[in-house]
Amino acid sequence: MADQPTPAPARPRDAAIGSGLGRVLLLVYGIFALSASARALVQITTHFSEAPLAYLLSAFAGLVYLAATVGLARGGARGRLIALGSCSIELLGVLIVGTLSIADAVAFPDDTVWSRYGSGYGYVPLVLPFIGLWWLWRNRPRP
Amino acid sequence: MNGPLSIAVIVLALALGVWYLVRTALDRAPSNADLWAMLGLGALVAVLVVVAVVGLFIGDRPSEWTTFVGYLITTIAFAPTAVYLARLEPTRWGTLILGVACLVLPVLVLRLQQIAEVTGG
Repeated sequence: MADQPTPAPARPRDAAIGSGLGRVLLLVYGIFALSASARALVQITTHFSEAPLAYLLSAFAGLVYLAATVGLARGGARGRLIALGSCSIELLGVLIVGTLSIADAVAFPDDTVWSRYGSGYGYVPLVLPFIGLWWLWRNRPRP
Repeated sequence: MNGPLSIAVIVLALALGVWYLVRTALDRAPSNADLWAMLGLGALVAVLVVVAVVGLFIGDRPSEWTTFVGYLITTIAFAPTAVYLARLEPTRWGTLILGVACLVLPVLVLRLQQIAEVTGG
Protein backbone atom coordinates (compact mmCIF):
# COMPACT_ATOMS: atom_id res chain seq x y z
CA MET A 1 0.00 0.00 0.00
CA ALA A 2 3.04 2.25 0.10
CA ASP A 3 3.48 5.07 -2.37
CA GLN A 4 5.03 4.05 -5.64
CA PRO A 5 6.85 7.03 -7.08
CA THR A 6 8.36 4.85 -9.79
CA PRO A 7 5.96 3.58 -12.45
CA ALA A 8 4.78 0.02 -11.91
CA PRO A 9 6.54 -2.64 -13.98
CA ALA A 10 4.95 -3.70 -17.24
CA ARG A 11 1.95 -5.93 -17.00
CA PRO A 12 2.91 -9.59 -17.28
CA ARG A 13 1.45 -11.24 -20.34
CA ASP A 14 -0.23 -14.00 -18.39
CA ALA A 15 -1.80 -11.64 -15.81
CA ALA A 16 -5.44 -12.36 -15.04
CA ILE A 17 -8.01 -10.32 -17.00
CA GLY A 18 -9.57 -9.43 -13.64
CA SER A 19 -6.54 -7.50 -12.43
CA GLY A 20 -5.18 -4.08 -13.29
CA LEU A 21 -7.68 -2.09 -15.34
CA GLY A 22 -9.72 -5.30 -15.39
CA ARG A 23 -10.45 -4.83 -11.70
CA VAL A 24 -11.85 -1.37 -12.40
CA LEU A 25 -14.03 -2.94 -15.11
CA LEU A 26 -15.05 -5.59 -12.61
CA LEU A 27 -16.31 -2.89 -10.24
CA VAL A 28 -18.18 -1.02 -12.97
CA TYR A 29 -19.73 -4.20 -14.39
CA GLY A 30 -20.69 -5.21 -10.87
CA ILE A 31 -22.45 -1.88 -10.34
CA PHE A 32 -24.37 -2.32 -13.59
CA ALA A 33 -25.21 -5.95 -12.86
CA LEU A 34 -26.67 -4.85 -9.54
CA SER A 35 -28.53 -1.78 -10.79
CA ALA A 36 -29.97 -3.42 -13.93
CA SER A 37 -31.14 -6.58 -12.19
CA ALA A 38 -32.45 -4.75 -9.13
CA ARG A 39 -34.33 -2.39 -11.38
CA ALA A 40 -35.78 -5.30 -13.34
CA LEU A 41 -36.75 -7.11 -10.15
CA VAL A 42 -38.66 -4.08 -8.84
CA GLN A 43 -40.30 -3.44 -12.22
CA ILE A 44 -41.32 -7.07 -12.75
CA THR A 45 -42.66 -7.61 -9.24
CA THR A 46 -44.58 -4.33 -8.97
CA HIS A 47 -45.94 -3.38 -12.40
CA PHE A 48 -44.97 -6.03 -14.93
CA SER A 49 -48.06 -5.60 -17.16
CA GLU A 50 -47.28 -1.96 -17.96
CA ALA A 51 -44.30 -2.65 -20.20
CA PRO A 52 -43.38 -6.35 -20.19
CA LEU A 53 -40.91 -6.04 -23.07
CA ALA A 54 -38.93 -3.24 -21.41
CA TYR A 55 -38.83 -5.03 -18.07
CA LEU A 56 -37.75 -8.35 -19.57
CA LEU A 57 -35.03 -6.45 -21.40
CA SER A 58 -33.93 -4.91 -18.11
CA ALA A 59 -33.70 -8.38 -16.61
CA PHE A 60 -31.78 -9.66 -19.64
CA ALA A 61 -29.37 -6.72 -19.45
CA GLY A 62 -28.85 -7.44 -15.78
CA LEU A 63 -27.96 -11.05 -16.58
CA VAL A 64 -25.54 -9.99 -19.31
CA TYR A 65 -23.75 -7.60 -16.93
CA LEU A 66 -23.71 -10.30 -14.29
CA ALA A 67 -22.13 -12.76 -16.77
CA ALA A 68 -19.48 -10.19 -17.72
CA THR A 69 -18.68 -9.60 -14.04
CA VAL A 70 -18.38 -13.33 -13.40
CA GLY A 71 -16.25 -13.82 -16.52
CA LEU A 72 -13.80 -11.08 -15.49
CA ALA A 73 -13.64 -12.32 -11.90
CA ARG A 74 -13.13 -15.92 -12.96
CA GLY A 75 -10.48 -15.32 -15.58
CA GLY A 76 -8.74 -18.12 -17.44
CA ALA A 77 -9.85 -19.36 -20.85
CA ARG A 78 -13.45 -19.95 -19.83
CA GLY A 79 -13.80 -16.67 -17.94
CA ARG A 80 -12.43 -14.86 -20.97
CA LEU A 81 -14.94 -16.57 -23.21
CA ILE A 82 -17.82 -15.67 -20.88
CA ALA A 83 -16.64 -12.06 -20.73
CA LEU A 84 -16.15 -11.91 -24.50
CA GLY A 85 -19.63 -13.31 -25.15
CA SER A 86 -21.36 -11.00 -22.71
CA CYS A 87 -19.48 -7.90 -23.85
CA SER A 88 -20.47 -8.66 -27.47
CA ILE A 89 -24.13 -9.23 -26.53
CA GLU A 90 -23.99 -6.05 -24.47
CA LEU A 91 -22.65 -4.05 -27.43
CA LEU A 92 -25.36 -5.43 -29.73
CA GLY A 93 -27.98 -4.89 -27.04
CA VAL A 94 -27.16 -1.27 -26.38
CA LEU A 95 -27.01 -0.49 -30.11
CA ILE A 96 -30.21 -2.35 -31.05
CA VAL A 97 -32.28 -1.34 -28.04
CA GLY A 98 -30.90 2.20 -28.19
CA THR A 99 -31.92 2.56 -31.82
CA LEU A 100 -35.32 0.91 -31.33
CA SER A 101 -36.14 3.03 -28.27
CA ILE A 102 -35.66 6.15 -30.37
CA ALA A 103 -37.33 4.82 -33.53
CA ASP A 104 -40.28 3.10 -31.81
CA ALA A 105 -40.90 4.86 -28.49
CA VAL A 106 -44.30 3.14 -28.13
CA ALA A 107 -42.72 -0.28 -27.62
CA PHE A 108 -40.48 1.14 -24.87
CA PRO A 109 -42.72 3.25 -22.63
CA ASP A 110 -40.49 2.64 -19.63
CA ASP A 111 -36.73 2.91 -19.56
CA THR A 112 -34.17 0.14 -19.51
CA VAL A 113 -30.42 0.57 -19.04
CA TRP A 114 -30.00 0.40 -22.80
CA SER A 115 -32.76 2.85 -23.77
CA ARG A 116 -31.53 5.83 -25.82
CA TYR A 117 -28.04 4.31 -25.77
CA GLY A 118 -27.97 4.39 -21.99
CA SER A 119 -28.49 8.14 -21.68
CA GLY A 120 -30.12 7.60 -18.28
CA TYR A 121 -26.82 6.19 -17.07
CA GLY A 122 -24.54 8.85 -18.49
CA TYR A 123 -23.98 6.82 -21.70
CA VAL A 124 -21.73 4.51 -19.69
CA PRO A 125 -23.63 1.44 -21.07
CA LEU A 126 -22.62 2.56 -24.57
CA VAL A 127 -18.94 3.09 -23.75
CA LEU A 128 -18.49 0.12 -21.44
CA PRO A 129 -18.69 -2.73 -24.02
CA PHE A 130 -16.07 -0.99 -26.16
CA ILE A 131 -13.71 -0.72 -23.20
CA GLY A 132 -14.49 -4.31 -22.22
CA LEU A 133 -13.85 -5.70 -25.70
CA TRP A 134 -10.69 -3.59 -26.08
CA TRP A 135 -9.44 -4.88 -22.73
CA LEU A 136 -10.11 -8.51 -23.69
CA TRP A 137 -8.47 -8.00 -27.07
CA ARG A 138 -5.44 -6.35 -25.48
CA ASN A 139 -5.06 -9.28 -23.10
CA ARG A 140 -5.73 -11.96 -25.70
CA PRO A 141 -3.76 -15.13 -25.24
CA ARG A 142 -0.67 -15.10 -27.41
CA PRO A 143 1.27 -18.21 -28.31
CA MET B 1 -32.52 13.25 3.22
CA ASN B 2 -31.96 16.74 1.85
CA GLY B 3 -29.98 18.02 4.79
CA PRO B 4 -26.46 19.41 4.89
CA LEU B 5 -25.21 15.87 5.49
CA SER B 6 -26.12 14.78 1.93
CA ILE B 7 -24.48 17.90 0.53
CA ALA B 8 -21.36 17.23 2.61
CA VAL B 9 -21.22 13.65 1.29
CA ILE B 10 -21.65 14.77 -2.33
CA VAL B 11 -19.05 17.56 -2.10
CA LEU B 12 -16.52 15.40 -0.25
CA ALA B 13 -17.02 12.49 -2.67
CA LEU B 14 -16.54 14.71 -5.72
CA ALA B 15 -13.45 16.35 -4.24
CA LEU B 16 -11.94 12.98 -3.34
CA GLY B 17 -12.93 11.63 -6.76
CA VAL B 18 -11.02 14.39 -8.53
CA TRP B 19 -8.04 13.78 -6.23
CA TYR B 20 -8.03 10.05 -7.05
CA LEU B 21 -8.32 10.72 -10.79
CA VAL B 22 -5.33 13.05 -10.61
CA ARG B 23 -3.40 10.42 -8.68
CA THR B 24 -4.38 7.81 -11.30
CA ALA B 25 -3.13 10.09 -14.05
CA LEU B 26 0.15 10.43 -12.13
CA ASP B 27 0.40 6.63 -12.02
CA ARG B 28 0.21 6.38 -8.21
CA ALA B 29 -1.02 3.36 -6.29
CA PRO B 30 -3.49 4.15 -3.50
CA SER B 31 -1.54 5.28 -0.42
CA ASN B 32 -2.59 4.55 3.14
CA ALA B 33 -3.94 8.10 3.37
CA ASP B 34 -6.01 7.51 0.21
CA LEU B 35 -7.53 4.36 1.66
CA TRP B 36 -8.25 6.02 5.01
CA ALA B 37 -9.83 9.01 3.27
CA MET B 38 -12.16 6.63 1.43
CA LEU B 39 -13.03 4.90 4.71
CA GLY B 40 -13.70 8.32 6.23
CA LEU B 41 -16.10 9.08 3.40
CA GLY B 42 -17.64 5.66 4.00
CA ALA B 43 -18.17 6.55 7.67
CA LEU B 44 -19.91 9.79 6.69
CA VAL B 45 -22.09 7.83 4.25
CA ALA B 46 -22.91 5.36 7.03
CA VAL B 47 -24.13 8.25 9.22
CA LEU B 48 -26.29 9.45 6.32
CA VAL B 49 -27.76 5.98 5.85
CA VAL B 50 -28.49 5.61 9.58
CA VAL B 51 -30.27 8.98 9.55
CA ALA B 52 -32.31 7.83 6.53
CA VAL B 53 -33.21 4.53 8.21
CA VAL B 54 -34.35 6.37 11.37
CA GLY B 55 -36.40 8.61 9.06
CA LEU B 56 -38.12 5.51 7.66
CA PHE B 57 -39.43 4.69 11.12
CA ILE B 58 -40.41 8.11 12.40
CA GLY B 59 -41.27 10.05 9.25
CA ASP B 60 -43.14 9.55 5.98
CA ARG B 61 -42.12 6.48 4.06
CA PRO B 62 -41.22 6.94 0.42
CA SER B 63 -43.85 5.33 -1.80
CA GLU B 64 -41.18 3.12 -3.37
CA TRP B 65 -39.66 2.22 -0.07
CA THR B 66 -38.30 -1.20 -1.11
CA THR B 67 -36.27 0.52 -3.82
CA PHE B 68 -35.22 3.05 -1.22
CA VAL B 69 -33.97 0.34 1.13
CA GLY B 70 -32.14 -1.33 -1.77
CA TYR B 71 -30.38 1.94 -2.54
CA LEU B 72 -29.53 2.40 1.15
CA ILE B 73 -27.87 -1.03 1.31
CA THR B 74 -25.93 -0.37 -1.91
CA THR B 75 -24.88 3.06 -0.69
CA ILE B 76 -23.58 1.91 2.68
CA ALA B 77 -21.69 -1.01 1.13
CA PHE B 78 -20.10 1.08 -1.59
CA ALA B 79 -17.07 2.68 0.05
CA PRO B 80 -15.97 -0.49 1.92
CA THR B 81 -16.25 -2.51 -1.32
CA ALA B 82 -14.15 0.07 -3.16
CA VAL B 83 -11.48 0.01 -0.43
CA TYR B 84 -11.43 -3.80 -0.50
CA LEU B 85 -10.97 -3.89 -4.29
CA ALA B 86 -8.41 -1.07 -4.18
CA ARG B 87 -6.32 -2.99 -1.64
CA LEU B 88 -6.32 -5.99 -3.99
CA GLU B 89 -4.95 -3.74 -6.70
CA PRO B 90 -1.85 -1.85 -5.50
CA THR B 91 -1.35 -0.09 -8.84
CA ARG B 92 -2.73 3.07 -10.42
CA TRP B 93 -5.87 1.08 -11.21
CA GLY B 94 -6.53 0.70 -7.50
CA THR B 95 -6.60 4.49 -7.29
CA LEU B 96 -8.99 4.57 -10.26
CA ILE B 97 -11.29 2.14 -8.42
CA LEU B 98 -11.49 4.64 -5.55
CA GLY B 99 -12.07 7.45 -8.05
CA VAL B 100 -14.91 5.64 -9.83
CA ALA B 101 -16.53 4.82 -6.49
CA CYS B 102 -16.30 8.48 -5.44
CA LEU B 103 -18.02 9.57 -8.65
CA VAL B 104 -20.82 6.98 -8.34
CA LEU B 105 -21.59 7.79 -4.67
CA PRO B 106 -23.06 11.26 -5.40
CA VAL B 107 -25.35 9.64 -7.99
CA LEU B 108 -26.56 7.17 -5.37
CA VAL B 109 -27.19 9.99 -2.87
CA LEU B 110 -29.09 12.00 -5.49
CA ARG B 111 -31.21 8.95 -6.36
CA LEU B 112 -31.94 8.43 -2.66
CA GLN B 113 -33.08 12.06 -2.44
CA GLN B 114 -35.32 11.64 -5.50
CA ILE B 115 -36.94 8.51 -4.10
CA ALA B 116 -37.34 10.07 -0.63
CA GLU B 117 -39.16 13.07 -2.05
CA VAL B 118 -42.03 10.94 -3.39
CA THR B 119 -43.92 9.96 -0.25
CA GLY B 120 -47.04 7.92 -0.69
CA GLY B 121 -48.37 8.11 2.89
